Formats: sequence, C-alpha cells, structure tokens
Amino acid sequence: MTPEYLSRFGGILIFILGGIAFVLLVVGIARMIRPNRPDENKLSPYECGEDPVGNVWTNFNVRFYLVALLFLLFEVELVLLFPWAVLFSDAESLATFGTSWIWISITEITLFLGMLIAGLAYAWRKGYLAWVKPDPKPETIEPVVPGALYEEINRQYERKK
Amino acid sequence: MEQIIFIILSVLAVVGALAVIFSSNAVYSVLFLVLTFFAIAGHFILLNAQFLAIVNIIVYAGAIMVLFLFVIMLLNLNKDSEAPTPALARIAGAIAAGLLMVTIVGAFKGLSQGSDVALRGGEIGTVSRLGQVLFSDFLLPFEISSVLFLSAMIGAVMLGKKNLKDS
Repeated sequence: MTPEYLSRFGGILIFILGGIAFVLLVVGIARMIRPNRPDENKLSPYECGEDPVGNVWTNFNVRFYLVALLFLLFEVELVLLFPWAVLFSDAESLATFGTSWIWISITEITLFLGMLIAGLAYAWRKGYLAWVKPDPKPETIEPVVPGALYEEINRQYERKK
Repeated sequence: MEQIIFIILSVLAVVGALAVIFSSNAVYSVLFLVLTFFAIAGHFILLNAQFLAIVNIIVYAGAIMVLFLFVIMLLNLNKDSEAPTPALARIAGAIAAGLLMVTIVGAFKGLSQGSDVALRGGEIGTVSRLGQVLFSDFLLPFEISSVLFLSAMIGAVMLGKKNLKDS
C-alpha cells in the first residue's frame, strides 16, 4: 500500500543509491588493480611540487561571511516565493482564486521583495559589500642630504668640464 | 518497503548526529551534520512533506552548513590554540542539555494522538497547497517574515561592520 507520491520519489532514491554504488564500484576496482607502494613523497599533500608551508586553516576575510549571510537571506526568500510562482503559473488555480487574489498576491510579493531589496541597497550603499581597495597614500620623505650639497657637487663637475 | 526505508533513514540520522558530537575535527562534524540533514529530508518525504524536504536540503544542508564552515574557519580552531574547557563549563553544558531534553520529551508526550494519519492524507505537503495556504490564511505572517529578513540583514551588516575595518 505504498502511496503514489512515494513511488515517484523512488526514482530519486534509485538515483542516490546508484550514485553511491557507482563511486564504490569505481574506487573498489581502482583499489583492486592498482599497485600499492606508498612512500613519503607520495603521501605528502601536493602543493605545486613544493613542500607544504604553514597551516591550511586560515582566517577568512569577514566579508565572505557577510556575503554568504546575505545570500542565505535571499535564498530563504526564494524558497518562500516558489510556492507563489507555482500557483501563479497554473491557470487552473488562478481561476479558482479569482482576479482580486492575483492583484493582492502581486502586491504582497512586490512588498516582500522590496523589503529585502531595501536591505540589500542599504548594505550596498554603505559599502559593506565592496572589497577593501588598496589605498596608497603619497609618502613625503624628508631628505637626509640637504639640497645645498647637490648644488655644490653640480657646480664642482661643471668646473671640471 | 516504507518501514525499511524509515529504519535505514533513522539509523543514518542517529549515527550522523552521534558522529557530529564525537568527531574531534569540527569540519568533519559539519559534514556529518549534512548527512543527518539528508536523512531527515528523507523522513520528510516519507511524511509527504515534499517541499519541506527540498527546503531542508537546499537551505540547511546547502547554505547554513556553508555558514557553519565559515564560522569554523573564522574561529580558527587549531589543536594548539584551543584552550581546555573548564570543568564548570562542562557541568553547566551537561545540565543545560539535559534540561533541553526533558523539555523536548515533555513536549512530545502530548503528541501521541495519531496526527500522523492526517499528515499522510491528501496533498498537504505539496508546493501548490503550501502556496494556497500561504497566500490566503497566512498572508500577514508571510509579509511580516520579510520584515524579519530585513532585520536579519541589517543585523548581519551591523555585526560584520566592526570587523570589516581592520581586515
């Protein structure tokens, strides 16, 4: 008495199982037929032929996190928009709801999108999405050698000519 | 057949959750958490909540786990830089987790009324059904959730702002 929807998801299940089985099969065959002679160089992590230097665990720039968080919010928004899109593309369900529902839902969606776009615009306008640009400042160097000495030398060589 | 799938998924979920706790590497913990989420998504499909299953995979296993990895990378949890947890904190954590479990068990005790049957019937978990409910009965909560998103966005920006300057 398996319900119909489950048998439709059975295809996905077969895909998942097939994927796992395929990976295991390929790796298993490789393991069976390959020679197994590990040495120190083969086991070391590859880093462009160099010996690895330093730690793999580095501190990310916080900006990545901010961008990921904004992405997450928009993703959740998209998840909430999807049911509406499914209903809206279906003429049958549109007919049952009537014209007033269409306009109400469009207004709702516009408001909903507008809220998040306002947030994005805020973050953008304030420059939190912008990457840190290098900001070279012209350095003023106090010369140790006074200018008069250069003048002196110039005069000396002029005389020799 | 359904029973077998349910048992396999449950075992996967529980083993994954235990592995999250017991693996010493935080990155492996996150990967096991992804496995647990996939198993729970399977449970949702068994309960005819298809939309919830897909959202569980896309949002939780996809995006939120990426955020978890980011946090782990930001914290820079190295073995040598990690301070040993004080005994008081361990006891406090154990008590807090135990209280949470008592609360959850207490909440589930009232749920033995066979609501499962209602869940299985009809089209309750499909996307279009969700859309119908969302845009008729739950219009206002839907709209308010956008305000919640906006506040979350501004909060994230505000929290990140402090660190942006010195990076």
